[in-house]
Formats: sequence, structure tokens, C-alpha cells
Amino acid sequence: MSVLVRAVDLTKEFRVGMIGGFRIIAVDEVNFEVREGEIFSIVGESGSGKTTIARMMLRLLRPTRGAILYRGKDVWKLKRREIKWFYREVQGIFQDPYATFNPVHKVDRVLNLVFQVFYPHTSERERRERIEEALKSVGLNPREVLGKYPHQLSGGQLQRIAIARALLIKPKLLVADEPVSMLDASTRIDVLNILAELRDREGVSTVLIGHDLSLAYYISDRVLVLYRGSIVEMGSVEDVFEKPLHPYTEMLLESIPRVDKKWEKRMEFKAEAEEREVYALSGCRFAPRCPYASSKCAERPPLTRVDKEHYVACWLYAKR
Amino acid sequence: MRIDVEKLHGTLQAFREGIALALSNWKVRIGLGIIAFFVFLALVGPYLTPYKPLQFTGAINAPPSPQHPLGTNSFGYDIFSQLVYGLRASLEVGLLGGALATLIGVVVGFVSGYKGGIVDEGLMMLTNILLVIPTLALLIIIAAYLPYRGVLIESLIIGLTAWPWTARAVRAQTMSLRNREFVHLAILTALPSTRIIFEEIAPNMASYIFMVFILQFGGAILYAVGLDFIGLGPTKGISLGLMLQQAVLWNAIQLGLWWWAIPPGLVITLLITALYIVNTGLDEVFNPRLRRR
Repeated sequence: MSVLVRAVDLTKEFRVGMIGGFRIIAVDEVNFEVREGEIFSIVGESGSGKTTIARMMLRLLRPTRGAILYRGKDVWKLKRREIKWFYREVQGIFQDPYATFNPVHKVDRVLNLVFQVFYPHTSERERRERIEEALKSVGLNPREVLGKYPHQLSGGQLQRIAIARALLIKPKLLVADEPVSMLDASTRIDVLNILAELRDREGVSTVLIGHDLSLAYYISDRVLVLYRGSIVEMGSVEDVFEKPLHPYTEMLLESIPRVDKKWEKRMEFKAEAEEREVYALSGCRFAPRCPYASSKCAERPPLTRVDKEHYVACWLYAKR
Repeated sequence: MRIDVEKLHGTLQAFREGIALALSNWKVRIGLGIIAFFVFLALVGPYLTPYKPLQFTGAINAPPSPQHPLGTNSFGYDIFSQLVYGLRASLEVGLLGGALATLIGVVVGFVSGYKGGIVDEGLMMLTNILLVIPTLALLIIIAAYLPYRGVLIESLIIGLTAWPWTARAVRAQTMSLRNREFVHLAILTALPSTRIIFEEIAPNMASYIFMVFILQFGGAILYAVGLDFIGLGPTKGISLGLMLQQAVLWNAIQLGLWWWAIPPGLVITLLITALYIVNTGLDEVFNPRLRRR
């Protein structure tokens, strides 16, 4: 499978406060690749930098250092005409469906714009047919949603329209930033199934960003676990979920509530340290909370390959 | 083209709804009523009086009478004629100067807030410089250099100096809107910045911009009155500020000529108050946190 997107030493720093403030390294020299026809999940808690990565992949945010390469091209060095090409191939879905639509326009606008911008030579009749087809494919009744304003529709309907819009463009890569976190549990699986179907039928790659491990497990091919801007563990779903190596991944997996099991505490974890201190750490960012932390952890652990597809950044597994 | 017609219809519909909503507020109704009265007076007034504003009528310092509804001044000019012609000039300055200030402020604010980076730095530097320069002093210098000054020049001077605070306010709002997800979606649709600004961001600020215009309108009238009063107004013609200036220069109050000194001041006060009331009312209508219903 060929590589579609590659993140090379991707770094984003935010400055807090004008003078005498401190820097937050939201994403810290992250390297990964997304291949054609796979669902690649990026999971992490809030503040781990996953949305920042999504925005950089969609060319909405410029990296401080490093680059996002789409088919080998740095997305921030694209020429004007290439930008249109880029957005015909790479599309996004956002977390908050209510914020995705401009309250002053009818929802039809985002669908019509697709043709206006990307496929201007489509006839009026074909446009309508394709819009209706796209809406039906995400389980919506076109007559129920067309001609309405966003506030007249539910979050689930709006999120489906956002997906239908992406379908109309026929992208090669879909970056979905927590697409289901604001939807009802019953709608979630439907939306995820649409993404899985897209992969199986059209070979569309998806970068699925989220904090819900069970959803990531349900749908992804490969997973990247992020903690405070650094990759903690990366590999196939089977590797990461069934043979977790990093203490943080273990903790995450343990903290998934199970319906059929009483919750018992097995590992001892400390509370999070203050943000400022964590970002100032030169060593492993997880060390202050890690039960296995040793003096070695004052140094940043490298991302080590432990298996064919399985990478982990922890001194417990690093070969020295 | 069918889409455009539909869009126009939609905009019109939204506009009508907005106006209906605004008129449901009693402050807006009262304020607009007062303004409409003065606009009517300015439009029709000149036809109700046989005298030109600077025409000797034969009567000097005459108190109000059927012949001269607001009396005459020490030069024998008819005050009512001066008032309606002056009102016309003041409203013109308000409209032109206010519109120009709003336009510049809104465009600078949009571009600065949306583009960010070096464009923002440059535009904001210009804005801040204009903001800290004492505007009145600048106006005095500019006005003093121009040998001939008409209403148009005066509005231009006011419009070109009154926009900075509008630019700053619009920039702040644009910055918060540009990070909304619907703007991100428009970027993903490869829309050019101008379309994103005018089709996605601006409609969300329509009511705000309208309120800014009303404030600028009142501000321009007041600035013009100030300039006229210190003798830097139009070199020809008449305005409310010039009436006030002359009344003070020729000791109208001391001589007991209240009909000379009071009407222009009263009209200015009522007009500015009405504009302020409209603005407060609109704020109540458009700002959901102040909405009473």
C-alpha cells in the first residue's frame, strides 16, 4: 500500500501570553504516515495535540517546524492552483456539527459550493441527482434536510450532511476530527460505518481523531497513541490494543469502563502535573505519572520498533 | 443565474425579518421616529420657507412670528430657513462621513482580522497611529490648510479620521469568527479569502455593522458641529454648527435672542439622542443576552 500522507518532524508551538509567557509544545516532532485505503486512528486525551495535528493535515494551521507531505508535496508549499487540487483530494469533518454550518445560510449552500468550486461543468440536473444520492447514502431523506437552516436540523443530521458534502467531492483522504463525539451513542456507529464503507468500497483513507478507544478499536486498521504532543505508541489495532506496551496505553485501556465487569484498580497512577511543568520537561512527558519511572526517564525516550509494525516510546523497551 | 435569484430572495427575506425584529423594540421605534421627523424636515423644510438661509429679510432680531416662525438674527436672516438648510448639511455630513468611516473601518477590520500575520501588523500599526493622534488637532490642521471647504470636504476629513475604532472592533469580531468551523469548512472548499470574508463572516456581523454605522453617523454630525463651531466648517452655506458659532459670536444669549441660540443646539441634541436610543434598542434586539423576550 502506498503512502498518502507523511508527517515529518511535525511540530507546533503555541505561545501563551504576550511577554514573559511560556510556550506550549502542542505537537512535538511527530512522525507518521497514512497509507491508501486505511483507517488510521489518532487517540489521546484532551490537550494531547490530536486536533492540532488534524488542523495541520487539513492545511488550516501552519506547523512551527516539520511538514505534512501529501503525495510527497509539502502542503504549505503548494501553489494557488494546487491548493484546489489538494482540497479535492483531502477533506475534513469537524467535531461540532452545529459549528460546521454557517447559521445564516441554508445547509444546501455547502453542497452547492462543492460543484461551484470543484465541478463547475456539472449540469443543474446532475448536481441535484448527485446531491440526493449522497444524502441518501448517509441515511438522510433529501426532502427532509434540503432548504433548511442549520438550527432546524439535529446534530446527527448536520454531521451526516457534512459527510455527504465530503462524499460529493470524492476525496482520497478524509480527516475526521472527533466526528462522533457530539452525537448520540445510537448514531455514532452509523456514522463510523459510513466511514468504513467508504474505505471498503472506494478505497478512501480516513484519519480518525478521537479520545474513545473502543471506537478506535472498532473501526481502525492502525492506531497512534498521543500523549502531550508526543507519540507514545503506534501500530496495528491488534498490536496496540491486545499487546499494549507503553504504561500510558495500558492505563488508557484499563480506564475503559466495561458493561460486563466491575471496575477494579490494578495499577497505581498519579494525578496529572501542572501543564507548565509538563511542557517544560526534557525527558519523558509521562514520567511524572508513570509507576515504572526511573532515572533514565529524565531523557526523552526514542520511538523504538519492537515488532514489524509496532512502535513504542519508552525506556522499558528501548534498546541501548 | 437561478441560484443567484434565489439567494437574493433569501437575503431580502432575512433583511425583512431583521427589520421586523428591530421594529418590535420601542426604543428603536421612538428613535427612528425622531430621526425620520428631522430627515423629513430637512427634505421638505426648504420648500416651506420663502427665504434662503443667507438672505436679508428686512427684520432684524425679530422674535418668532407667523412671518418668521423662529424669528430672525442680527443680520436679518430667517432662523427657520437657516435651521432646515443647516439640518440638511448636517445630515449630509453624517451620512457621507459616517458611511465612509464605517466602510474603511469594516474593510480594514475584515482584512486585518482574517489575514492575520504581517498584513494585520501593518494595518493595526496604521490604525493605532491614527488612534493616538489627537483627531481634533489633526482635523484643525487639515481644515486650516484648505482654502475652500464644502460639506463634501468636511465629510471626507471626518470619514478618513473616524474609522480606527471601528476597524479594531471589527477585527476582533472577525478574529473570533475566523476560527469557527464553518470558516474552516469554507477554506476546505478552496473558497478565496474575499468570498469567505463577505459570504461567511460578514453576514454574521450584519447587525453589528449596522449599529456601527449609526454610531458613526452620530459621531460625524457631532464632529462636524465641533469643527463648524471653532470656525473650520464650510466656508460657504450654513450648517447647525455654523448657526451655533454665529449665535455665540454675536452674543445671542446675552442679547436675549433665545430663538437664535437654542434651536440649532436643541436639534443637534435631539438627533444625537435619537441615534443613541436607536442603537441601544438595536443592541437589545440583536444581542441575545439583552433580549427581553
